[in-house]
Amino acid sequence: MASGKVMDPENLNENVKKTVYAVRGELYLRASELQKEGKKIIFTNVGNPHALGQKPLTFPRQVMALCQAPFLMDDPHVGLMFPPDAIATARKYLAMTGGGVGAYSDSRGLPGVRKEVADFILERDGYPSDPENIFLTDGASKGVAQVLNALIRNDRDGVLVPIPQYPLYSATIQLLGGTLVPYYLTEESNWGMDVKDLQRSVTEARRKGITVRGLVFINPGNPTGQCLTEKNLRELIEFCIKERLVLMADEVYQQNVYQDERPFISARKVLMSMGPRISKELELVSFHTVSKGFLGECGQRGGYFEMTNFHPQTVDELYKVSSIALSPNVTGQIMMGLMVKPPRPGDISYPQYKAESEAISLSLRRRARIMTDGFNACENVVCNFTEGAMYSFPQVMLPNAAIAAAKQAGKAPDVFYCLRLLESTGISTVPGSGFGQKEGTFHVRTTILPSEKDMPGIMESFKRFNADFMSKYSDSKSKL
Amino acid sequence: MQSGGGRASATLLSNDKIATEGGVADGKSEQKPTTPVSPLSLETINPKVIKAEYAVRGEIVIRAQTLQQELISKPGSLPFDEIIYCNIGNPQSLGQLPITFFREVIALCDHPDLLKKPETHALFSSDAISRASQIIDKIPGRTTGAYSHSQGIKVCRDDIAAGIAARDGYPSNSDDIYITDGASPGVHMMMQMLLSSEKDGILCPIPQYPLYSASIALHGGTLVPYYLNESSGWGLEMNELKKQLQAARDAGTSVRALVVINPGNPTGQVLSEENQQDVVRFCMKEGLVLLADEVYQHNVYAEGKKFNSFKKVARSMGLEEKDVIIVSYQSVSKGYYGECGRRGGYMEVTGFPEDVKGQLYKLASVNLCSNVSGQILMSLVMNPPKVGDKSYEQFARERDAILSSLARRAKMMSEAMNKLEGVSCNAAEGAMYVFPRLHLPERAVKAAKAVDMVADVFYTRRLLDATGIVMVPGSGFRQVPGTWHFRCTILPAEEKLPGVIKRLTTFHQKFMDEFRD
Repeated sequence: MASGKVMDPENLNENVKKTVYAVRGELYLRASELQKEGKKIIFTNVGNPHALGQKPLTFPRQVMALCQAPFLMDDPHVGLMFPPDAIATARKYLAMTGGGVGAYSDSRGLPGVRKEVADFILERDGYPSDPENIFLTDGASKGVAQVLNALIRNDRDGVLVPIPQYPLYSATIQLLGGTLVPYYLTEESNWGMDVKDLQRSVTEARRKGITVRGLVFINPGNPTGQCLTEKNLRELIEFCIKERLVLMADEVYQQNVYQDERPFISARKVLMSMGPRISKELELVSFHTVSKGFLGECGQRGGYFEMTNFHPQTVDELYKVSSIALSPNVTGQIMMGLMVKPPRPGDISYPQYKAESEAISLSLRRRARIMTDGFNACENVVCNFTEGAMYSFPQVMLPNAAIAAAKQAGKAPDVFYCLRLLESTGISTVPGSGFGQKEGTFHVRTTILPSEKDMPGIMESFKRFNADFMSKYSDSKSKL
Repeated sequence: MQSGGGRASATLLSNDKIATEGGVADGKSEQKPTTPVSPLSLETINPKVIKAEYAVRGEIVIRAQTLQQELISKPGSLPFDEIIYCNIGNPQSLGQLPITFFREVIALCDHPDLLKKPETHALFSSDAISRASQIIDKIPGRTTGAYSHSQGIKVCRDDIAAGIAARDGYPSNSDDIYITDGASPGVHMMMQMLLSSEKDGILCPIPQYPLYSASIALHGGTLVPYYLNESSGWGLEMNELKKQLQAARDAGTSVRALVVINPGNPTGQVLSEENQQDVVRFCMKEGLVLLADEVYQHNVYAEGKKFNSFKKVARSMGLEEKDVIIVSYQSVSKGYYGECGRRGGYMEVTGFPEDVKGQLYKLASVNLCSNVSGQILMSLVMNPPKVGDKSYEQFARERDAILSSLARRAKMMSEAMNKLEGVSCNAAEGAMYVFPRLHLPERAVKAAKAVDMVADVFYTRRLLDATGIVMVPGSGFRQVPGTWHFRCTILPAEEKLPGVIKRLTTFHQKFMDEFRD
């Protein structure tokens, strides 16, 4: 019933009300409450490495500090505190700006940094990239929102999204009033993707009167971690051309790969290798960020999107939308430059940079294994290996009594499980329902980010809780 | 998997035709599937994107960038040596220096290893070191590299709330603060909450900063204009507000909020307290959310004028949160700090019902958080060095130099504009712009029409081509129909400003000579 208030919930934009973003939803809010009450909480709800003790790499931070306070470089003592290549690199980036990090840059980002991103793409893929088609953004999420905003006109426009997915996609599509068209990844075949499922989803959506306009894929996957093969990517590309879809490649975890059978290949590289009939046809947009990899600089908010084969007038419209926000934050842009153009062999800072980055990458690889094995050692839990990204997404086979208890408590079964886990162990996760999952299955997403030192204890804690939970709700003891 | 041409089916049809789904292709020129147009062509892109406009970085600026390239590639080919960007409030791009203390603190926060080194004391002031240490100690993980709380780091919000309370004399709650990447995302969030369809309207001042019109367009709502009165110093008149509100309601629009920009942009006026009280009463009576854009709160130049926040005015009237919803925006981009590129800003939201607060939090959480370094900077701006602090003297010197220079430039510019033939210019009481009115001769208006341009676009385009000076035509901000204006910043360095004025004056003379009736 309307309260008579101006901002009565009844009067709010319905799309806002329907939007859900579980990564910072119910579980996280409860965890925060418990933390305030003094309980020790281990936050594994979001891919936020520095919050769990991962250190920033030294060289980028040295450059950032000098860019923030350029007067330091006028001081004769500066050489005592900063290596010469950090000082030179800071000068390089400051020269790119028109007035230092405090001035709005070009709305698409500093041309100098965009050129460095293009060079990175060329070096990574072997195909040239045009800086004019690269827009820097305050984190990749803003770029995703911008592209989806251009794509979605009304609720009859649909975007294909993998299930399970990173809920930025579901939330943003909802906020924009569009329709999410799900395509299911197959847990039994390592979260594999089958083009037949894509076709089925599209056909079904069209039957309902939805115009399917885009296809999102996340590689390496979030929350699922799987790394796509070149064949997968070719199929995706051909499918999108056939069905006239914009292909949206979320590749933010490209630097987080923990097995060697399926290294990362960019969608763009595969596209360019498929000959001009295809390579000039498909509208592709690729996203990347400074938040993941081994840098883990989430708090900087640095990202980019690269457009391939977009109509020039569409690029202009996207530029216009970027200009309304004036410019992305400049130090985040510099962090992006530092990511794509790191110290090279021969640079003074190279050995330390190499040592720091390798230590993190190898440790992530070890933790991916520890966590997967740890979950698989638990009763009624099955977990695919984390091939890439930063998460573990085990399936928990909940007994009927647990499902009934959840219903009684007014919670989805995996939410119920995760809340109990939180209250019992302090481990804050995100229930699988936050990402979407096959009907009747339940999952939990945690990150592989707790330190290697803490991880055995955490897995032990989880195992004990799970055993107790399964025992409490075991079918043999149920009253049903 | 079926690829573009199914070879196997070639034998079912004649040899040189290959069937593809939805179309037939011959061996020579392959046809595309029947869905005719790309999902991202101008015809098929979201029409709200097409509708949105933002003149501050629009047509004129794009042309300026092209000319800038020409200056490099074909030196001497243009009647000027440099492009001077007077289109955008971007102080540090025109030589304004950042406040030393602020930069010291954020450099230390970005590289806290420095806090452990003895040499740091030789390079940084001691209170910057202790402030950075205090902040770092209270950031979970002691790092600027982690996603923070979606409303912003608690210690930063606490400092902002303390700063608001010190400024206004009324308490502020850090739970009401949302730190954002610049103030603009906060504006978008409110538009998203308030606008469900074209039937929802937002009252906006005309002229206005075009973020508002663009955001309303992007979110599918309706802009309900209320005209500021140029002849009374861009006065905000209650009769006009009431009239426009009524007209909108009569037309079936559900008006949800009132935007007030104080000090004004592009107009620069600073509202009197009585005026503000009327506005608050109006919002309360009519059930409107008051969206108070207060980003120029530190830019007040006119004698006898003072910035009062709308929240302070409301509280001083004895009104509580439940009486009127006020959203106050502030930013690190303006003031005396001018840190545009850092993207720091906040909105203070008071009077929201609890469950609606939850919705706002949810919106903020989808983007996870704003950039952390910008959050820290925002908190420093609201809680700068105080008398007695080691850095206070240098801080105050830097601040006062910038503010007094801005005041002088504001005066210089308005006086210069008033000297131009056919130009009248209200004083820039605050903010960073002059917004003179062009009383253009009829022949100029006709000449503009002949090349399919609006008269002030024609004028600013000619100005750019002749002098390299970039200004934004008044039509980018909207204006009373039939009037023409342009917006020029007061930001070129004080030594350069006379030169800019001279060039503009010479151009204007020639223009009037050409088109005088």
